[in-house]
Amino acid sequence: MEEKNKFVKEVAEKKYEYGFTTDVQTEIIEKGLNEDVVRLISSKKEEPDWLLSFRLEAFRYWQTQTMPTWGHLQMPPIDYQAISYYADPTTKQKKDGPKSLEEIDPELMKTFDKLGIPLEERLALSGTAVDAVMDSVSVKTTFKEKLAEKGIIFCSISEAVREHPDLVKEYLGSVVPYRDNYFAALNSAVFSDGSFVYIPKNVRCPMELSTYFRINARNTGQFERTLIVCEDNAYVSYLEGCTAPMRDENQLHAAIVEIVVKENAEVKYSTVQNWYPGDADGQGGVLNLVTKRGHLRGANSKLSWTQVETGSAITWKYPSCVLSGDNSQAEFYSVAVTNNHQQADTGTKMIHLGKNTRSTIISKGISAGKSQNSYRGLVRVAPNASQARNYSSCDSLLLGNQCGAHTFPYMDIHNDTAVMEHEATTSKISEDQLFYCNQRGIPTEEAVGLIVNGYAKDVINKLPMEFAVEAQKLLNVSLEGTVG
Amino acid sequence: MKSEQQYIDLFTRFEDTINKHSTALLNTPRRQAFEDFRRMGFPSRKVERYKYTDISAAFAPDFGLNLNRLDIPVNPYEVFICDVPNLSTSLYFVVNDSFCNKVQPSATLPEGVIVCSLAEAADKYPDRLAPYYSKLAHTEEDALNALNTMLAQDGLFIYVPRNIVVERTIQVVNILRADVNLMANRRVLIVLEQGAQARILLCDHATDDRDFLTTQVIETYVGENARLELYELEETHARNRRFSNLYLQQAAYSNVLLNTTTLTGGMTRNRTDVLLNGEGAETNLYGCVIADGCQHVDNNTLIDHRVPHCTSNELYKYVLDERAVGAFAGRILVRPDAQHTVSTENNANLCATPEAHMYTQPMLEIYADDVKCSHGSTVGQLNEQALFYMQQRGIEPAEARMLLKFAFVGQVLDSIAMEALRDRLHYLVEKRFRGELHKCEGCKLRK
Repeated sequence: MEEKNKFVKEVAEKKYEYGFTTDVQTEIIEKGLNEDVVRLISSKKEEPDWLLSFRLEAFRYWQTQTMPTWGHLQMPPIDYQAISYYADPTTKQKKDGPKSLEEIDPELMKTFDKLGIPLEERLALSGTAVDAVMDSVSVKTTFKEKLAEKGIIFCSISEAVREHPDLVKEYLGSVVPYRDNYFAALNSAVFSDGSFVYIPKNVRCPMELSTYFRINARNTGQFERTLIVCEDNAYVSYLEGCTAPMRDENQLHAAIVEIVVKENAEVKYSTVQNWYPGDADGQGGVLNLVTKRGHLRGANSKLSWTQVETGSAITWKYPSCVLSGDNSQAEFYSVAVTNNHQQADTGTKMIHLGKNTRSTIISKGISAGKSQNSYRGLVRVAPNASQARNYSSCDSLLLGNQCGAHTFPYMDIHNDTAVMEHEATTSKISEDQLFYCNQRGIPTEEAVGLIVNGYAKDVINKLPMEFAVEAQKLLNVSLEGTVG
Repeated sequence: MKSEQQYIDLFTRFEDTINKHSTALLNTPRRQAFEDFRRMGFPSRKVERYKYTDISAAFAPDFGLNLNRLDIPVNPYEVFICDVPNLSTSLYFVVNDSFCNKVQPSATLPEGVIVCSLAEAADKYPDRLAPYYSKLAHTEEDALNALNTMLAQDGLFIYVPRNIVVERTIQVVNILRADVNLMANRRVLIVLEQGAQARILLCDHATDDRDFLTTQVIETYVGENARLELYELEETHARNRRFSNLYLQQAAYSNVLLNTTTLTGGMTRNRTDVLLNGEGAETNLYGCVIADGCQHVDNNTLIDHRVPHCTSNELYKYVLDERAVGAFAGRILVRPDAQHTVSTENNANLCATPEAHMYTQPMLEIYADDVKCSHGSTVGQLNEQALFYMQQRGIEPAEARMLLKFAFVGQVLDSIAMEALRDRLHYLVEKRFRGELHKCEGCKLRK
């Protein structure tokens, strides 16, 4: 028993591995939020008038709204005036941005090294193009030429505004309008940067596209905006991975991801999120309040969300799918791990509008320490969505007697031909399995890792390979020794 | 004008009349209930537990109230009989919202068992009532509790003393009868002391073709080792709106079976809160809804596991036809200390027409780790293969559909331990699916 306690203590005191601050020269504007700040952001980014008026409309709408409170979360009040809404770590760089690896700020390169992503090597090996976003402005985009050959556009959203204004104008806000919710309005007003992906007709993107988000400068909100448009018969797999340095104050992250999927097209969106969850007493940590939505516009289109969430003090997001195209298919695979004082209220929304649409939801929640982990999901079948099919399965695993696991599924069915299934179970880790492993000489902590990994396997298997390895490691780091 | 205003005005003007025709026990919490109601108003659909039913609109029309407690001219004990085969019960009547004690039925109850009006009980046995009345249905948390407590003048009281077993089913027929559109505020208090056993059947009927609005608050206390079977059967008509809040508190090792069957009605909202307060308590919640026309049926349940070693089972089945709207929200809450909880929740629904709508929301909220909880929910249609199989064997499509629907709800009906009632419901449901019958027809006028 003493042995176990010692181990638990060690793990409990384990510090956040990725918590460090990079000393990069950053241009930060004054704290606070008002119309002038919105105008300033827009002018710093040299944006066209239509985008400025989009921001201003969103901002005016945001001012009329109050923050929602329906989540199963204990959230500290957010002082929006105490946040700086723009940080640009590349101002030291030449205006055109770095041309080669040598031109990137050496400090920044070190950050990536610490994160275990030596840009050049890993990219060469895995063939991944990384649009590395540090704070707000794209630092480097690799393999751009190779993608350009196929007509694929993969760049930062500010670059896209300059170079492909028609595309951005057409799709920006078309999936998540600024009136969608409180945080969507905030993001639409002050979004700083993010990625833009455009896959033209009949093109299969030859590599996995990925972005690493980092929240770096102190007290700067991160307001990412990602827009992915996949034309007819096209395919893309997009990866997003996150780690953030240690901070005492809560850091706000209110991003928007919009995905447009057209006829016969397929998009895979995978996330591994490991932002700073706060310390063992629940101090600090990132507030992850994100709106992610895909619109399956064309017939036979396909979209799949895969997420592994181990970080953030508060995670409040519902990657959703609007299935308007006939025969469209949507999938949602999620593993959410909470430990210490973390809170998560996450799940998905599947809105069936087209005929013969189908959706699958597999959600695995793991709670440990004093954390609260909720699944909240909506499956809605509109009156005209005949022959819709949904399968949802939400399992929760409890490690420790002070944590909570909750499921709040909503099903709104307005069509008689729909077939919907939902099931959920909650239980603690099996004593028998632990005992079995112990008998065979596997220590408890390793056994827990094995069992949890097996439990989450359905989801992790859906991740691209290099992400799956990272995700597995993350699960072990987040959970080792939580069963005493 | 907001629809709560007329009730606030009504109470302000007639508070004295209401008090005069009631008793001290019911009057005590009235003022507080009024304050609570005035503060809260009717819950909007943004309130999670009222998401699926628009309370405010249902209460907006002007209904008559029988504040002066005028008697109805007939004596139901003389006029009505319940003609369900083999159903032998001690029969009582509640007309609108008052217990009808004109003639006590011939059926004799075991010694000490009380079935009477709340007002009478308050007079005769104040010490048995006082610890229970308005203690579970908190007026500050639910506007309907507040409204009911504020307006209820009388009700039904059922009391079973320690270790007494009531063999014969206690049947209470709630009859809605009026010559004008009427609002009835029914109040029921059921107390089973330690080791007591009883079976209670509550039937809802409406005789006149008027608009009715019923609010009902049932508070049920089940003592240690006690056993209760409570059946609720709603068979009113499309012009009735029923809002029922049932609270059930269980002590250690008690066992409760609760069955709510909704066959006909206009708008029905049943809120059921079960509080498992003693170790080893077991609760079984069953619900069956067969709705058609423009019926709206909303069942909202909460099972609150407060202590370790409790068991709960929940099964609700809906068959929705025509333009019916069904809603089910079941929340299971397992509190931090409630280790070794075993809980299952199931909701299965059949939508038979494109216009039928179903909302379902099975929720688990778990704060203890050593538990086994699961929930499942489905919405779908009849199995095509099963239909085909039956047609191959010469069964007509309509008949095959009927058989499958029947089998679908059969699981809930079979949970009924009272054989006569089970048979009757099987018969009713079958008739209902055949489209032949819309009423129980058990209530008959004496010839």
